Amino acid sequence: MEQGSAQPAAHHHAPPQGFIRNYVFSLDHKVIGLQYYGLALVAVVTGMVLSWFMRIHLAWGAAAIPLLDKLSPNGAPGGVITPEYYLSLMTMHGTIMVFFVLTNAPFAGFGNYFLPIQIGAEDMAFPRFNMMSFWTTLVAFLVLIAAFFVADGPPLSGWTAYAPLSAVGKDSGPGEGLGQSLWGISIALFCIGQLLGSLNFIATTLDLRTKGMTLARMPLSTWAWFITACIGLLAFAVLFPACILLILDRIAGTSFFVPAGLVVSDKLQPHSGGSPLLWQHLFWFFGHPEVYIAILPAMGIISHILPTFTRKPLLGGMRVLTACMIAIGFLSYMVWGHHMFLSGMNPFSALLFSVPTLFITIPATIATLVWLSSIYGANIRFTTPALFCLGFISVFISGGISGFFLAQPSIDTYLHATYFVVAHFHFVMGVAAIFAIFAGTYFWGPKMWGRMMNETLGKWHFWLTFIGVYGIFMPMHYLGLAGNVRRYSAFTDDFLVPLIPVHKFITYSALITGAAQLIFLYNLIWSRFKGPKAADNPWEATSLEWDTTSPPPFDNFGGRHLTVYHGPYEYNVEGSQGDYVMQTSSEAAVEKS
Amino acid sequence: MGKFFAVVLTIITVISAYFVIAHTWWMPVDVSVHGPGVDHQLEETMLGSGILFVLSQLVLAAFVFMFGDSKGARKMKKFPGGATPLVIAAIVLVGIEVLTLSFVGSKVWASIYFTPPDPNSLAVDVQAEQFAFYFRYAGPDGKFGELHPDKIDDGSGNYFGLDPANDVAARDDIVVGSLTIPVNKPILLTLHAKDVGHSFYVRELRIQQDFVPGLVIPIHFTATQTGRFELVCTQLCGLGHYNMKAYVEVVSQDQFDQWLKTQSQ
Amino acid sequence: MGSTTYKRPVPAVRKIEPSQTGIWVAICAIAMTFAALTSALVVRQGASLDWQAFVLPRILYLNTAILLASSFTLEISRKRLDAAGVVAGDAAKSFYDATRYWLYVTLALGLIFLLGQILAWRILAGQGLFLATNPSSSFFYVLTALHGLHVVGGIAGLLYASVRVSRAAAAAKSRALSAAAVYWHFMDILWVYLLFIIAVRM
Repeated sequence: MEQGSAQPAAHHHAPPQGFIRNYVFSLDHKVIGLQYYGLALVAVVTGMVLSWFMRIHLAWGAAAIPLLDKLSPNGAPGGVITPEYYLSLMTMHGTIMVFFVLTNAPFAGFGNYFLPIQIGAEDMAFPRFNMMSFWTTLVAFLVLIAAFFVADGPPLSGWTAYAPLSAVGKDSGPGEGLGQSLWGISIALFCIGQLLGSLNFIATTLDLRTKGMTLARMPLSTWAWFITACIGLLAFAVLFPACILLILDRIAGTSFFVPAGLVVSDKLQPHSGGSPLLWQHLFWFFGHPEVYIAILPAMGIISHILPTFTRKPLLGGMRVLTACMIAIGFLSYMVWGHHMFLSGMNPFSALLFSVPTLFITIPATIATLVWLSSIYGANIRFTTPALFCLGFISVFISGGISGFFLAQPSIDTYLHATYFVVAHFHFVMGVAAIFAIFAGTYFWGPKMWGRMMNETLGKWHFWLTFIGVYGIFMPMHYLGLAGNVRRYSAFTDDFLVPLIPVHKFITYSALITGAAQLIFLYNLIWSRFKGPKAADNPWEATSLEWDTTSPPPFDNFGGRHLTVYHGPYEYNVEGSQGDYVMQTSSEAAVEKS
Repeated sequence: MGKFFAVVLTIITVISAYFVIAHTWWMPVDVSVHGPGVDHQLEETMLGSGILFVLSQLVLAAFVFMFGDSKGARKMKKFPGGATPLVIAAIVLVGIEVLTLSFVGSKVWASIYFTPPDPNSLAVDVQAEQFAFYFRYAGPDGKFGELHPDKIDDGSGNYFGLDPANDVAARDDIVVGSLTIPVNKPILLTLHAKDVGHSFYVRELRIQQDFVPGLVIPIHFTATQTGRFELVCTQLCGLGHYNMKAYVEVVSQDQFDQWLKTQSQ
Repeated sequence: MGSTTYKRPVPAVRKIEPSQTGIWVAICAIAMTFAALTSALVVRQGASLDWQAFVLPRILYLNTAILLASSFTLEISRKRLDAAGVVAGDAAKSFYDATRYWLYVTLALGLIFLLGQILAWRILAGQGLFLATNPSSSFFYVLTALHGLHVVGGIAGLLYASVRVSRAAAAAKSRALSAAAVYWHFMDILWVYLLFIIAVRM
């Protein structure tokens, strides 16, 4: 095939003109990446504030939260959260965090910004679809937020929206009016945005790599984004029709998920023969790959950043970790039933789903061992991004281990729907994936904004957060072992009342950890304007994003068409600039003896 | 900084492990026949995972402690053996643990779900609704009446929608708000939901099973100790979910017979 | 990863046309959506005894023929474009005209297909079969509506391709038309599949 030809002609574009084209309806993947990141930032602050309300209510049920009665006079009269409003806050917290933070920031945010650069391309394959994907996602977010302001309030069926609670409409109680329909529309739109995004990632990775950039030389973060895009393509394509069917059940009188003979709020429902389990199967067929969509980019980002600060490549090189990520991606489609062990589906299926679920432990373990063994014998530079990488390894282990329990149906009989599950998914998603977002921000921030972030503030942020998240989520395991049921707005049962002091401890930890995030926000804003100017390659790293200015010019490389000579982690070598050789450097890379 | 990381992580690991080992917050005593299997499975998993947890966190702490930037004083070392032994070890060791746990666990699962209910079981029909559980006994005729959702009337206590006027079997059905059962007798519950999804959870009995609207789901167990235990809903069902509960009263066979007799009058 | 020396030749990176990759990726996603709906249909049909089969309006078969015909005309259009590529000057112009002509025919057939689908809906409505009447009719409307929406997208793609044929450089013309064509043929195949499922299950 052709060698050394220029980028496909379609991508020689002139610099964009005008404020709207530059910053609003931008076709530039870097701007779009930042837009996604900004959306994720707004979303995570919203989601975090919601979690504060929840935690305060759980610890002090009668607490009056100032200003909350202004947001929702029905939901929090006098500032005291009603049981239904608690569940609404919880639903919105989960929905916002899983979709608009964890799918946005590590994947759409950093991926959009850095995937083209890391493979030496000028932009994504379809810049217009890229722009459409962001704006669709933004509209989806606005539709979801609108649910806060409708008369019936936001939905309260959880981010999982199980039917029939979510499908019969208003009769099933407060929170299940227009808000639930808005949820369905928002998520359907989100699916479309994600599908457009995945389209771009896949086409760009396969078709726009620069000369010398074979698949084997792509950084692990690019691999993670590519694999995630493949998973996402199929997963979101299933959630989309599920949401359509749910909306139809609610507003058009169909009976996809609602069986006959239900009496809800004293009214016999007109539906016939639908299957609540059908919703669960459709949802979790999407939902399980979704959580790997949340964690794989995180694994890729950590694997990419860690070698820069250990100053040596990962053990086993590219092959082992790439194989792990592909294995996880593949297996992620075979395990969805582990969310449904007790759902009433055939108990034999439970055993069938349990086996691949347990087997996913293997690539996850291998990845963890690779990271650990790569630290061995290193010379670690303890920068803030490095600390978040090390912290990631710790919380990834903690989160993964609790999964081991839940993967077994016999144990799930006791632990299902308890705080043990809440602990598990928060550790892997709400902590580990977030740590990767932090690591990515501190690492790539200087490249994106051309300014270094403050290291002292960064370290304070890390320590308070690292200790804080253990204070929040480790006790949840114990609560789960004691049988503390989840999604309860108050603890009135005999066996739950003695556990309230533990909840209070968790709430204090959550509020302190939340406050610590202000340090991060301050650092982010301060450094954007006042931080010291960043050099092209402040971390002495090797991949292509460090072979251009900080920030990069509009076409990423200033008209240059790079040639790649090396893999992405040539550290601990005799390089002319230090102990590393960049991918684009034509010099030899001889390992230090 | 690396040393500080190691110290902090070690402290976190030790404290985390302590509360597990000390069983500070733990499962209540098991009172079911199949329960010991569940408990054993959990304890075995806890032992294995606990060791892995402590070991891996301490290894991370140790490596971070030892391998901070020496500013050129120390040469870089590769992990002895390289990646291959680690990959093989992970596959083999984790694989063996996974297969063992699956094999043993499947027996526990089978004891709950694949064993047929005892033909002498006491049958109780359970209905879950927003936001209460109701229990129905067949009464002296030993037959359950038919259920008619359109006849449900909470106001008059007809929670199940029975039609005693036209249905002979329904006339002596006993409907109560708590589950009274005799100890050491097999119990067969049939679960159905009136409105939305709910779930049946009694910690001490080591049972949890979703109610799925449209389905009737059987579960069976035998209680081994008398006592009063809480039954709580664990499937989000609306605003009253947190408060949706009932009591399970496990009594002696004599007490149960007495109770049944008074209920039938 | 082993180290390299600068003397090692730089391996070639295979050049694939992004628009082709893009369209095939999109086809995978769309196929998955309809696969999910198919399994929802199968599950729903088995979940309860309320499924009622109904007679399919005959017009559906006519619509199918029209859609298949449109694939033919689309291929004629592509052949004209290929021919335009190998001749020069005025001869090329007449081939470009032919390309656009057959594209418009395809477009028209596509629109007729959609009208036919709407007619089919009206026939069903006339028989009292609406979206919520029965699970079988629910799935009929959902599947045909979703397919129809994707056909609208395909029509937009064909319009875009015809504009590119007028204006763009040679390579770009061909890319746009190829992508639109692959998508359009997929709409055909998808429709035949859906008709089969509907006919068998309803």
